[in-house]
Amino acid sequence: MKFIYLILLFTVHSVCLAAAVEYREFENPEQENSYYELIDELRCLVCQNQTIADSNADLAKDLRRQVHEMLQKGKTRQDIIDYMLSRYGDFVLYRPPLKSKTILLWTGPFIFLILGLILLFIFIRKKKSESPAEMDKQQHQRIRQLLDQDRDS
Amino acid sequence: MLKYLTPLFLFVILAVFLAIGLKLNPKEIPSPLIGRPVPDFSLPLLHLPEKKLGSSNLKGRVWLLNVWASWCVSCRAEHPLLNQLAKKETVTIIGLNYKDDPDNAKRWLKMLGNPYNASVMDQDGRIGIDFGVYGVPETFVIDKKGIIRHKHTGPLTMDDISGSLGDMIKGLQNERI
Repeated sequence: MKFIYLILLFTVHSVCLAAAVEYREFENPEQENSYYELIDELRCLVCQNQTIADSNADLAKDLRRQVHEMLQKGKTRQDIIDYMLSRYGDFVLYRPPLKSKTILLWTGPFIFLILGLILLFIFIRKKKSESPAEMDKQQHQRIRQLLDQDRDS
Repeated sequence: MLKYLTPLFLFVILAVFLAIGLKLNPKEIPSPLIGRPVPDFSLPLLHLPEKKLGSSNLKGRVWLLNVWASWCVSCRAEHPLLNQLAKKETVTIIGLNYKDDPDNAKRWLKMLGNPYNASVMDQDGRIGIDFGVYGVPETFVIDKKGIIRHKHTGPLTMDDISGSLGDMIKGLQNERI
């Protein structure tokens, strides 16, 4: 019985895979490369953490079709990116352009890195300059005693 | 003292950021189309497919473009509100029937009422792309000069219709070309 389930599972999956594959024709390898590059850089606005290459949403399918058609008409990469930008805004790009609005997005990680390094530096210097704990004679004796006890047992 | 306060400060800063993050709606993507002329389209009417309606036919009036489909669940929630808005007759409402089956669409309107002055069919979603549609229902407000003034993503609410959107329509109706 388990075996049958297993077979069923595999057949169901292969059907899904077959449905997700799209057949596209290209005039030359460069065009094909641009196609795959572009669909890997454009964000699907329905499932926002996927590119239109990854997503199987209806909108992603339409946008893939659009990219393919525009390439076939001889449009350049930049034409297609501009086309998408004018309709969906910067959000459609996984690599948004550097602008006053996106400056924090681009520089944020470096700012945090530098901030972290500065904090680390201050922390280390502070630790270094700290003098070791001072103890009087009595305390030293007590420590010695405890250590000796430990060794005996 | 500072030793104990620092974590508290850090926590407060983090909490503020997280609270802002929670309030943001990731589905609301600012549309680059606002302030721009409405994309050109000329599409067959849902109820009279041999006739076409385009953006050029609507110049000189304030109109809403409501993107809807019979397969869209949120559209169903929004529909009674559109019916109410249509009754007031303050604005022309055009429906963009997005990637839908015409028969299903017509049945849907028959069942739930038809708030649209006209609905046009965008069966393959091309005009939807021109409008930057990504989440049905969407509503665009277009002024008399044919400029998109506002976009609402997701179902309209009662507050929108009697509040901000209603005021906006009133303002636009008073504008002169």
